[in-house]
Amino acid sequence: MRARYKILVYLVLIAGAAMFVLPFAWMVLTALKPIDQTLSQPHSWLPRRYEAQIGGRRQEVRPGALVTGSSLWVLAVGAKRPVVVPKSAVWDGAWHPAVGGPVDVAIVRDVPSSETRPWCEIGSLDGTLEDVVPVSEITSRVSFRWENFPRAVHSMRHFSRYLGNTLILCLLNVVGTVLSSAMVAYGFARLEWKGREPLFGLMLATMMIPFPVVMVPLYGLFRSLGMVGTLQPLWVGSFFANAFNVFLLRQFFRTIPKDLSEAARIDGCSEFRIFWQIILPLCTPALIVVGLFTFLGAWNDYLGPLIYLTDEKDFTLALGLDAMKTSESGGTEWPYLMAASTLVILPVIALFFIAQRKFVEGIALTGIKG
Amino acid sequence: MTPGERRQSVAGLAFVSPWLLGFVVFTLYPVCASIYFSFCDYDVLSKPVWVGFLNYQDMLSDSVFWQSVRNTLVFNLMALPLGLVSALLLALLLNQPVKLKGTFRAIYYLPSLVPAVAGAMVWLWILNGRLGLLNQALDALGFSNPPQWLVDPKWTKPSLALVSLWGCGNTVVIYLAALQGVPQSLIEASMIDGASPWRRLVHVTLPAISPVIYFNLLIGIIGGLQVFTSAFIMMGGAGPERSVLFYAIYIYQNAFEYRHMGYASAMAWILCMLILVLTLLASRIARRFVHYQGD
Repeated sequence: MRARYKILVYLVLIAGAAMFVLPFAWMVLTALKPIDQTLSQPHSWLPRRYEAQIGGRRQEVRPGALVTGSSLWVLAVGAKRPVVVPKSAVWDGAWHPAVGGPVDVAIVRDVPSSETRPWCEIGSLDGTLEDVVPVSEITSRVSFRWENFPRAVHSMRHFSRYLGNTLILCLLNVVGTVLSSAMVAYGFARLEWKGREPLFGLMLATMMIPFPVVMVPLYGLFRSLGMVGTLQPLWVGSFFANAFNVFLLRQFFRTIPKDLSEAARIDGCSEFRIFWQIILPLCTPALIVVGLFTFLGAWNDYLGPLIYLTDEKDFTLALGLDAMKTSESGGTEWPYLMAASTLVILPVIALFFIAQRKFVEGIALTGIKG
Repeated sequence: MTPGERRQSVAGLAFVSPWLLGFVVFTLYPVCASIYFSFCDYDVLSKPVWVGFLNYQDMLSDSVFWQSVRNTLVFNLMALPLGLVSALLLALLLNQPVKLKGTFRAIYYLPSLVPAVAGAMVWLWILNGRLGLLNQALDALGFSNPPQWLVDPKWTKPSLALVSLWGCGNTVVIYLAALQGVPQSLIEASMIDGASPWRRLVHVTLPAISPVIYFNLLIGIIGGLQVFTSAFIMMGGAGPERSVLFYAIYIYQNAFEYRHMGYASAMAWILCMLILVLTLLASRIARRFVHYQGD
């Protein structure tokens, strides 16, 4: 009974993990496929490379439709490309389609396709060459199309600008939030002054205000300052402390013994130096947690840039990726979209593995203390 | 006041001054302005014109507004319990003595870090009606006519609930931390009393972590009522037959697409009220079920 229970636990955990990982795996596998392998059904799991003899040399080809039954590859008079037609529909040098009159054709190739030895239409990658060959003559192997990544970057047009904008925003937000929140938290945690408790209560209360309430006036404010269309509305606020982070840091600051500050004060140390040289170094773990989550918040933000950035050239990665949803031709180029998504997700995942423990501590801290 | 006390008073105000300044400019002013705008006809480009309660009256007769309310509530009735229960289940399992605990936890947590846009793109691809992985799998399993997840208005909300479920790792980690804080003495006492694992769960573990369940519920309600990004990106706004026109999306459209900023502000205040009412309701219910240690 005990063993059966254990197996059940593992089964559910593994099934759950598989479902959480699958979207990542599918994203990366798609990112490494040629486009045509994402448009045909059913998909093969792994990206493949097909090769066959075409145009006199063996090269990579795109497999097309499978030919069913004995057929002929014929070129109709006036047509540019030959087509595959059933052998039974061709006689007297003409193709007799089910609908419409006979068409004079020249037979290019006999296609003796059968159930046991099927043939297949193929085309060269650049679309200039076509042929019909036995399926057995097409070789296939697993091959990852890494060049999709540079192509995705290219098709996002201003990728380097988007990346630059995003990194600038991340940097300014992290610096602004960490510095200002730490300062304010110090004032609330380690100094005794009149009005501290009511102000702290007021600050906590501001966390209850949903963003849509302030969204319109903030937009109006930044607009009257001439900042709409620039990155400024997306980072200026971070230098004025964020209630949630102040709360988090205050909890941490309070755990440091009071005697430490008192001793420094008796030695004539200024309040700012106590903050900067004694308390901050002791609180780096908490500062890193705040910095990490601020970085992610800036990296992931969508609504902010959507509201304030107006010119396509000034977008962030989030907006640039969104704009890639439909390509210029109107359809979606899934491999490129998935490659670009991978590039946007990758730094987040890297950061997670570098600072995994910090994340888990931080998230647990926010939950428990709340 | 001694010199030391005065010094601390001055320093205290100096240290919190960034927040004070920010509070006035980025919170107090916008909140007051938003109340004012909600009684105005306002399009940012010209001065607001006082219209009294017109925006609020318009809301009552705006069928799209009511649709956005319905959509938001229906979506949350699906997504919220689904997310909370799945996260709790995973956390309970992870709290068992299993191997690779850290790996499982990392796997569950990672998707919640993924940028909403990138996650939306991946799910657009998986849920694609003809080419998507999900429908290809269903097809292979013999379902000849799988749902058009993103096109059929019946299925758009469940699809988005599935997407939000993918990001429940956050909640798993919070639950797990709470579970690890359940006093071992309580568990041992119940084992000595011969309680079955099920009774131990219902009568010891769940009550012990009930404050955290309540916390997750509150966060879920507040966030759920403001759900925006994945729906907005995946469905390009309102979705087929406005089936995923959520409250926050309709606010956004009014503010930045139709430039009805006054109406958007009024809607935002109603959202604020809605959040308040639902949190109060939740706290009423919670009073009966949430046990704080030491009670």
